[in-house]
Amino acid sequence: MSDYQREVEELERESTTAARLFDVRRIIGGLFVVYGVIVTIAGITASDADIKKAQDININLWTGLGMLVLGLLFLIWLKLRPTVPPAPDEPADDQG
Amino acid sequence: MQNLAEGLRLPTNGLDYAILGIYFAVVLGIGFAARRSVKTSLDFFLSGRSLPAWVTGLAFVAANLGATEILGMAANGAQYGAYTVHWYWIGAIPAMVFLGLVMMPFYYGSKVRSVPEFLLHRFGPSSHLLSSIIFAVSSVLIAGVNLYAMAIVLQALLGWPQWVAIVVAGFFVLAYITLGGLSSAIYNEVLQFFVILAALIPLTIVGLKRVGGWNGLTDSLSGSHGDAFLTAWKGTGIGESNPLGANWLTIVLGLGFVMSFGYWTTNFAEVQRALSAKNLSAAKRTPLIAAFPKIFIPLVVVVPGLIALVMEPSLGKAGKDGLQYNDAIPVLMRDLLPNGVLGIAVTGLLAAFMAGMAANVSSFNTVFTNDIWAAYLKKNREDAYYLKTGRWVTAVGVLIGMGTAFIASSFSNIMNYLQTLFSFFNVPLFVVFIIGMFWKRTTAAAGFWGLLSGTVAAMVNYFWFYKQGVITIPSDQGANFVSSIVAFVVGAAVMVVVTMFTKSKSAESLAGLVYGTRSPGMTELPGEGDDAWYRRPALLGWGAIVLAAACYVPFSF
Repeated sequence: MSDYQREVEELERESTTAARLFDVRRIIGGLFVVYGVIVTIAGITASDADIKKAQDININLWTGLGMLVLGLLFLIWLKLRPTVPPAPDEPADDQG
Repeated sequence: MQNLAEGLRLPTNGLDYAILGIYFAVVLGIGFAARRSVKTSLDFFLSGRSLPAWVTGLAFVAANLGATEILGMAANGAQYGAYTVHWYWIGAIPAMVFLGLVMMPFYYGSKVRSVPEFLLHRFGPSSHLLSSIIFAVSSVLIAGVNLYAMAIVLQALLGWPQWVAIVVAGFFVLAYITLGGLSSAIYNEVLQFFVILAALIPLTIVGLKRVGGWNGLTDSLSGSHGDAFLTAWKGTGIGESNPLGANWLTIVLGLGFVMSFGYWTTNFAEVQRALSAKNLSAAKRTPLIAAFPKIFIPLVVVVPGLIALVMEPSLGKAGKDGLQYNDAIPVLMRDLLPNGVLGIAVTGLLAAFMAGMAANVSSFNTVFTNDIWAAYLKKNREDAYYLKTGRWVTAVGVLIGMGTAFIASSFSNIMNYLQTLFSFFNVPLFVVFIIGMFWKRTTAAAGFWGLLSGTVAAMVNYFWFYKQGVITIPSDQGANFVSSIVAFVVGAAVMVVVTMFTKSKSAESLAGLVYGTRSPGMTELPGEGDDAWYRRPALLGWGAIVLAAACYVPFSF
């Protein structure tokens, strides 16, 4: 194995990303739930002009509900398969 | 692009700005939260090679789904019609599958940290330095293009002065990458992917309803532009004419093979996402997972371009002050989306601009720090020094990007500009890679001269033969395809000739870098669950190819 490969392996052992980086599913889930609620409310309170503009579709309501569902799916996925931080002194090859 | 019509101002209100404000807060939050995971330079540049495949896969597709791509491909849809699908189905998919199945074992398995670093070990310092510098310069240029395009769009849509847009977006990109490195770039890309879809899907649905569904759309366009406009191949025989200005041979060889393989397999802004995966299996799956969303993106990008053409028949024809092809998606946003979804759409567009720029900045800082600074200027310092350098380089790169934003102004269609650059830089790089990976005998000198001659040949063909009218090609796009083929042929021929007269590297020094060899320590146990059938790279790859081919069927007869 050449020098640079040993260097990368050494850095991989010292790396803290696997152990400390938060799970992106929480961010996607959180943001889409918030957006979903906001846009759904905009859909419930939509004016006739809003609905007419969107070709008689209450697009805020449907988009809001869609985003809400997507956000909840990410949070449920996170709940069912949480991140497993790698055990210390072992190669970081499994975090779900 | 620089002449967005005055009347494009969107009727945004407080609700839309609240949605945008939340997004900016989350972007910064990701930067701060990712900061504590950065301890080594490997964490900063490659997320410690520890991310799961679905995250790197979505980041891979999102890094390419910048706003210039979205607006540009909608523009191509309005200008060239259904021919635009070639960029996706024959352009992107085969190249992404090739990257995952054939090239990734060499990239990931050899533990290189960047695409140029592979050249260093396979060929030597001359081609390494050349490609590092070309990459660093081009990624800063493209970051500038992105920033400029964004300033123009925001000025037209929201009424922000251009400098405000440049400073705000530049600052946020600078902040979150300097803090969290590649991890925060990738996380923001994954988030951007979902937000942009949440904007484009409602836009397409409402738009289709407006023009009378798919049948209404095709009837209107067949009536106004002829039947060929909605086919992928009609009029592409050699010598025939079609809106794209290219024949089937230049489409298949130039776009499908040379140009797309050059872009997808050697552009470090893309490959970097795969190199940050947690193991070889996840790295191979990164471009393969990305291929599936990529197949369906034309549905929400090219179709809105076609819808805009029906709603605004003057699109692209009304001269300098009228609506341009690039305005296709903004026009639909203005005319069809009520406040609320409109805020999501503005946020998605802004997020896509920032992600496109961030992808260039995060690959630029890696190449500059590892392949130029650490390799030639300040060698053998401790790791903390390079981590600090990487952060500084990020800041400097963003500032230069802001400064070079004006270069974009000489082309009306931004995609043309970007693709022209790619055909000059990426194609020769692809030639050198593909020959270097499959031909043990090819030499260090051959790598350097192949790279240089291919780049020069493409430039000569484009700026001299095409622009000066020595050869006749009907459109800029067609000329790009031809330039790519020229770069490939010249680069390959020069490599073969130079190899004949120079000495090959020893077999030991090529272990793991050339087809049929393995580096010691390259064997890696698959992660738990990687043997599940739906994670098998061959199945994913060939599945994507079959699906892309099937997508052509409705547009071929």
